[in-house]
Amino acid sequence: MAALSHLRICDFTGQLAGAGATRTLAAFGAQVIKIEDPVTEGRWDILRGMEPFVDDRRGIEFGGGFQNHNVEKLGITLNLRTERGRELLTELVRISDVVAENFAAGVLAHLGFPYERLREIREDVIYVSNCGFGHRGPYSSFKTWGPIVQACCGLTFTSGLPDLPPAGWGYSYMDHHGGNIMALAILMALVHRNRTGEGQWVDMSCTDAGATLLGPVVLDYTVNGRPARRPGSPYSSRSDSPAMAPHNIYPALGDDEWFAIACRDDDDWRALVQIFGASDDGEWAHDPRHTTRSGRLEHQDELDARIAAWCARRDKFAMQKEMIAANVPGVAVQRPGERIEDDPGTTEWGLWPWVEHRAMGRVRVDGLPVHLSETDWRIERAAPLLGQDNDLVYGGILGLTDAEIGALRAEGVI
Amino acid sequence: MARAQIGQHLSTDPLEAPDPARPGPLTGLRVVELAGEYAAFCGRLLADYGAEVILVEPPGGAPQRWYEPFVDDTPDPERSLWFWHYHANKFGVRLDLDDAAGRDAFCDLVASADIVVESEPPGRLAALGIDDADLRTDHPGLIWASVTPFGRTTSRAHEPATDLTILANAGPVWSCGYDDHSIPPVRGGGNQAYHTACIHAAIGILVALVHRDRTGIGQFVDVSMHAASNVTTEFASYGWLVAGTTVQRQTCRHASVHPTQTTVAESADGRYQPTGVPPRSAREFRILIDWIDDLGWRDDIPQVALLEVGEERGGVNMADMFDDPLVAEIFGAGRDALVAIASRLTAYEFFEQGQRRGIALPVIYAPEEVMEDVHFRARRFPTTLEHEGIGRPVTYTGAPFVMDASPWRLQRHAPRLGEHQDLLDRRRSGTTTRHDDKGGR
Repeated sequence: MAALSHLRICDFTGQLAGAGATRTLAAFGAQVIKIEDPVTEGRWDILRGMEPFVDDRRGIEFGGGFQNHNVEKLGITLNLRTERGRELLTELVRISDVVAENFAAGVLAHLGFPYERLREIREDVIYVSNCGFGHRGPYSSFKTWGPIVQACCGLTFTSGLPDLPPAGWGYSYMDHHGGNIMALAILMALVHRNRTGEGQWVDMSCTDAGATLLGPVVLDYTVNGRPARRPGSPYSSRSDSPAMAPHNIYPALGDDEWFAIACRDDDDWRALVQIFGASDDGEWAHDPRHTTRSGRLEHQDELDARIAAWCARRDKFAMQKEMIAANVPGVAVQRPGERIEDDPGTTEWGLWPWVEHRAMGRVRVDGLPVHLSETDWRIERAAPLLGQDNDLVYGGILGLTDAEIGALRAEGVI
Repeated sequence: MARAQIGQHLSTDPLEAPDPARPGPLTGLRVVELAGEYAAFCGRLLADYGAEVILVEPPGGAPQRWYEPFVDDTPDPERSLWFWHYHANKFGVRLDLDDAAGRDAFCDLVASADIVVESEPPGRLAALGIDDADLRTDHPGLIWASVTPFGRTTSRAHEPATDLTILANAGPVWSCGYDDHSIPPVRGGGNQAYHTACIHAAIGILVALVHRDRTGIGQFVDVSMHAASNVTTEFASYGWLVAGTTVQRQTCRHASVHPTQTTVAESADGRYQPTGVPPRSAREFRILIDWIDDLGWRDDIPQVALLEVGEERGGVNMADMFDDPLVAEIFGAGRDALVAIASRLTAYEFFEQGQRRGIALPVIYAPEEVMEDVHFRARRFPTTLEHEGIGRPVTYTGAPFVMDASPWRLQRHAPRLGEHQDLLDRRRSGTTTRHDDKGGR
């Protein structure tokens, strides 16, 4: 039995920041009915037609990101501009435990389904909205996507090197956690409903969620008055909470190859001295100024330069092997292909499951980083083609006849 | 669908304070957390939504009590702001698991709990005689979550790791850095490898809880930090999975298989300010022209004439860029006009004014600026808690999502070492596990 197989989610999420949430719940067995607009062919989720592509074919059934983010979901089309479309949504909400969306704030209300209306349809409904600044507050109408969310919550600023612009994250980190934290919000509301019978609206703001991920930096400001925006800060590859040295990313042998070392304590340093000091070019490691953490922190620039020169002459995986054997956290910066194809930390976990997509064929997708002993996740079903499950949902679940479904198609309702 | 109409459904009023009579969604649940840096944020998430989380520390206190920064920069195990943040809302007991009596007390505590969260090296607890499988056999409803660098079962399970090495090995670092690839790639700040694992741990625990609500059966939840960050890299992973492509890092924008362009200005207050996507539709050209006119800068920004051409043409289609040189010129004028505005305004003014006009623009805030911002304050995100010991209230970050019916709450600061030792003596009765001790430093 899947943990969530008794639950139905009426799903208006898109992109990753929303679709990621219902993807996780679907992998644990929830029946997620993804609703797409037939008029725009589902393009309100722009990932439907965007790269990566498996081959030269293009179009709304070939977007690799959409495919990845919508596995295990059912897909239907529904035109909410029509009266009949709104009636069908009403019927769907009536039999759904959760309504989930990450439209711009106010869009679902404008379509005729604010929370008050959803609750009229089903009193204990759980409605979770997720957008960049939430549905309440001065910026609720502001437009965002991942990079804007990260910039506005402090995550972009706190990722970078001194005297350089912010590095940012290089991807929409908060689209992932927008989805993950939204999944958490849905589950919290389900647990509350289990206890009390009560549904509710959960107002999630992705920038709030992102700002919870920088707690100690914030406390250093609110308690000590020390802002993160100060000379020399941030230097996020180093560690000042807790303070460690050496702690950085160093060049390795080869083009654009890199190696990360975190020296947690004096034990780690002693092990590193054994490694560095055993080589012809590692005599500097025996310098007594480096034996204590305070000494290493004080001479961190010099130490980093020495280690960089040492690492630059060595293969990143050979160094990883040597350091891990010495119980020191020192690892290669892995490229996508290296960590996906050749890393037992991911392959033995079953992290990259295959699905069979009706248009794209066999494709691998992201798995989940958690295994449950009794009700583990399962990802076997590919993302739905546009309207793929119309017959199942409108016929099998809502009880419409084939003729009625045919009429809905003819009238452009689905 | 006009924006003004959509806006009618929104409220700019400050949020009301949570109703104190309402419990959190997890109120009544007891969590035992073995102190450790990997899992601390998971316990905090559960505590914030109402669970009674009991943090178990060794007799000398958890090593994280010595993590910087400290209150007033005074190193002291009761003054670590790392510890304050990650262990707020929790109760604290001291137990020596290397001692038989301590282990018995721990197992008694586990017997009283719904959920255990720990991040011990795989095998350590079992070697001590604290076997999660045995404890789950004795207590079938128990949910036991383990957060470790590589999970309990992979062949890498015993490798050492920190936030840096997980992010480096699992993908995020590869995508993060600068256009100049002679500069090393960068670890993003804030110990996000731990957060990523902990958010998934909390999801796993709640899925298990929903299952237990239905069946009475608990389970083991195995979380791999390495796996968690591996599936938190967006296109870097699925670009490889689908198309076999490898992204390359770029300054303050998405890592990409092919280089992408961006436009950045230095704002009037000297900040790095991305200027967003230039106008393409007639409406977007009009918005930008109006903005320039409202600022009274038409004479300073000569691109206005081309923006008007863009509006008159009904917008520009990027596909025409190579056939029609004027399209490229008009598009470039929009980009240059945005840079001109951005360089004459402060970063905040540019963001706020542009967004009010419907242009999707960022402001790159430092974390302290988030806490001072009018929007976050209106949403009650900065949350203040009294701290008797240091003689001033302390402002923390707030709720990741707002649940009016079962609110997030910050009720107590992190426990002093052994502060709630009496919890070990008290047998749990029924589901009334609310602890009325207010704490106090």
